[in-house]
Amino acid sequence: MATYLARRVVQAALILLGVSIITFALLYLLPADPVRQIAGRSATPATVDNIRRQLGLDQPFFVQYWRYLTNLLQGDLGRSYLQRSQVSELIASRLPATLILMAAGIACELALGLTMGLIAAVRRGTALDQSLMLASFVGVSAPQFVVGLMLLYVFGVQLGWLPISGYGTPAHVVLPALTLGILGAGWYSRMMRSSMIDVLRQDYIRTAHAKGLTRTIVLVRHALPNAILPIVAMIGIDIGIFMGGVVVVESVFGWPGIGQLTWQAIQRVDIPIIMGVTLVSAFAIVLGNLIADLAAPFIDPRIRLR
Amino acid sequence: MKSILRTTVSAGALALALCAAPALAQDAKPGGSIVITYKDDVATLDPAIGYDWQNWSMIKSLFDGLMDYEPGTTTLRPDLAESYEISPDGKVFTFKLRSGVKFANGREMTSDDVKYSLDRVTNPETQSPGAGFFGSIAGYDDVASGASKSLAGVTTPDPLTVRIELSRPDATFLHVMGLNFAHIVPKEEVEKYGADFGKHPVGTGAYSLAEWTTGQRLVFQKNPDYWRAGVPYLDTITFEIGQEPIVALLRLQKGEVDIPGDGIPPAKFTEVMADPEQKARVVEGGQLHTGYITMNVKVAPFDDVKVRQAVNMAINKERIVQIINGRAVPANQPLPPSMPGYIKDFTGYGFDPEGAKKLLAEAGHPDGFDTELFVMNTDPQPRIAQAIQQDLAAVGIKASLQSLAQANVIEAGGTENGAAMIWSGGMGWIADFPDPSNFYGPILGCAGAVPGGWNWSWYCNEDLDKRAAEADAIVDPAKAEERYKAWGAIYADIMKDAPWVPVFNEQRFTMKSPRMAGADNLFVDPVHIPINYDYVSVND
Repeated sequence: MATYLARRVVQAALILLGVSIITFALLYLLPADPVRQIAGRSATPATVDNIRRQLGLDQPFFVQYWRYLTNLLQGDLGRSYLQRSQVSELIASRLPATLILMAAGIACELALGLTMGLIAAVRRGTALDQSLMLASFVGVSAPQFVVGLMLLYVFGVQLGWLPISGYGTPAHVVLPALTLGILGAGWYSRMMRSSMIDVLRQDYIRTAHAKGLTRTIVLVRHALPNAILPIVAMIGIDIGIFMGGVVVVESVFGWPGIGQLTWQAIQRVDIPIIMGVTLVSAFAIVLGNLIADLAAPFIDPRIRLR
Repeated sequence: MKSILRTTVSAGALALALCAAPALAQDAKPGGSIVITYKDDVATLDPAIGYDWQNWSMIKSLFDGLMDYEPGTTTLRPDLAESYEISPDGKVFTFKLRSGVKFANGREMTSDDVKYSLDRVTNPETQSPGAGFFGSIAGYDDVASGASKSLAGVTTPDPLTVRIELSRPDATFLHVMGLNFAHIVPKEEVEKYGADFGKHPVGTGAYSLAEWTTGQRLVFQKNPDYWRAGVPYLDTITFEIGQEPIVALLRLQKGEVDIPGDGIPPAKFTEVMADPEQKARVVEGGQLHTGYITMNVKVAPFDDVKVRQAVNMAINKERIVQIINGRAVPANQPLPPSMPGYIKDFTGYGFDPEGAKKLLAEAGHPDGFDTELFVMNTDPQPRIAQAIQQDLAAVGIKASLQSLAQANVIEAGGTENGAAMIWSGGMGWIADFPDPSNFYGPILGCAGAVPGGWNWSWYCNEDLDKRAAEADAIVDPAKAEERYKAWGAIYADIMKDAPWVPVFNEQRFTMKSPRMAGADNLFVDPVHIPINYDYVSVND
């Protein structure tokens, strides 16, 4: 277990190093000049040169990357070019909102997705199964923007039950989390359905039925724990996606998460923010996967970590 | 930078100037709070650095400069200066400061603060995008190169007098002193917060910053000791950040928002204007903006003036204005109509596809040619570019569209052979201050025709550069008309060479809740963009 963990930590460090090099290189090669975004239109060429020098952007690629990396290893993500604040502060200030939306969003995805998948698997081949899978297909393919605006219009504007946009009270999280839930439930329900169908075919399920256990007990106690394994792995990946920010939903509902920060940074070539968010979300994906892998033996004792 | 994303900086407007002041005094009632939304984060409230749509007018309410403008107009007036004198040669400006003006930290402002603020904004370490505006102050070059920390031309004979000596006469200098970049900051607070001063702004303005939750909201509260009696009217202003314009409009309809700071979303514009009740709450104003097509005079066949003139005749500007729901007026010259120097009876090149074909044939392109048109990739710009493409095709010019992110278009424009044609939409020029010279230097003069510059036509006419310098040497306010005429003639001559197709001048539309009060021109203030927070009020 200890060697397994050590190996995974080394792997994670290498992955993050790779992500940082690739992202830094892509941003370096981008045919857009961050200095011109900072300097604006009225800046004289002398002002532009000065800013470039101050930021060290006149240096060759490896010098720039090396400086970024050494700062990074000391826990310094740098200062935003345009906001002039510490990137770590900017990300930290948006972390609570991101975590709340992540938790609520994943809860909605699971509640909707697992229920749908379970019902579809048990009623496989029926009209109910087909309509649930059609619904999940719509969920998977519907644009976030449309679903979000529709919910917002119905529940916020027409019915007036929930706040239209903003952050702060539990009521504010309902619509954005529901939007993400509806869309994510499509993926979860399909995975749950196929995984459940696999499990239901197994001999031990037939045995359980033969023992005279009720249908509910067979499903909940025998089938579900085995069917849920791929779902846990998927949650691990989802956590990473949420950490990178759910740009569209955050925009629609004015949710002050990491996604809005990223989007604005990309539009204005604010490289330190883009780097910071990429690394934080890569870190979250790595961490989420690690936790999912570590949890696997507890869910399915047949799995051994090597 | 602010121009980017519709942004802007200040500057002028329609002839709103006349009606402002009288309307203000009567119906404004002190007290109350309002909510304003913006989509993008407020990057900084440091006046030396902020250059965005959102923060431009916020900074004006937290800080003051020596000069400002009559509310809702482009008429200069002294602000922290009580009066000023200009020497006969136009090279020495002496400002008398108001006495008893206090920063939000309670300390009295003096001439040393003015000197400190100007030294700071020009110091390369500040990285101010506006540093170049101060280039005419004596000693600027030494500060810009790092040789000196102090502008030799700025001296303080006594605590209430500032004397600024210029290295050349500069007729726009009073406008420069009205820019945010020239706002006065207290040294002790700047040193206390360092790079984070923009998050902890302390000025002499009508409001002070009471709360700032990054990415969510800012709250401004009234400065009870503001030196100008009677203003501001509102007790607090709450800015909610991260709000999609379309959602802000819904919230306005529910009464949760008083002003959607980013305006009416294009997709909803027709709907709003068709509803009499909503339309009544829309205020329309001009802005000192021109949208144009640049033709790179260093790239064949645009090195031939006949080809550039033909393109000017090929574009159907009326139709392009229709595409954006009439939110603009067609243009025929670089200056917008509300800018001094605009020539009213100038006709430019009318829409004449037949004439364009004839000119192309004379230039040796009877069957047209292939070229590229660069455009920023956010709506409605690609649709406008398609209309331009169709107009060009009608005279035989086959333009392929290069639809890119804004930063990439800017990069291509600033590269010598980077872009044959660019539609400037979304990046078009909005003047920093209401003076005709502001449309020349960076975008049509030789100084801008350099790698990384904003003169995307790469048009450089040294004779015109000389005439521009001569016009800006006319400092005597009594000769302002003569100076504006000189500038008008410069732009008329530019159009003979036709490096641009001026397409339209955008109008600005602000929507407000029924409880908002104050003259209309405060809501489309040409300088305090987008609205003048110091002078608006509520009626409940």
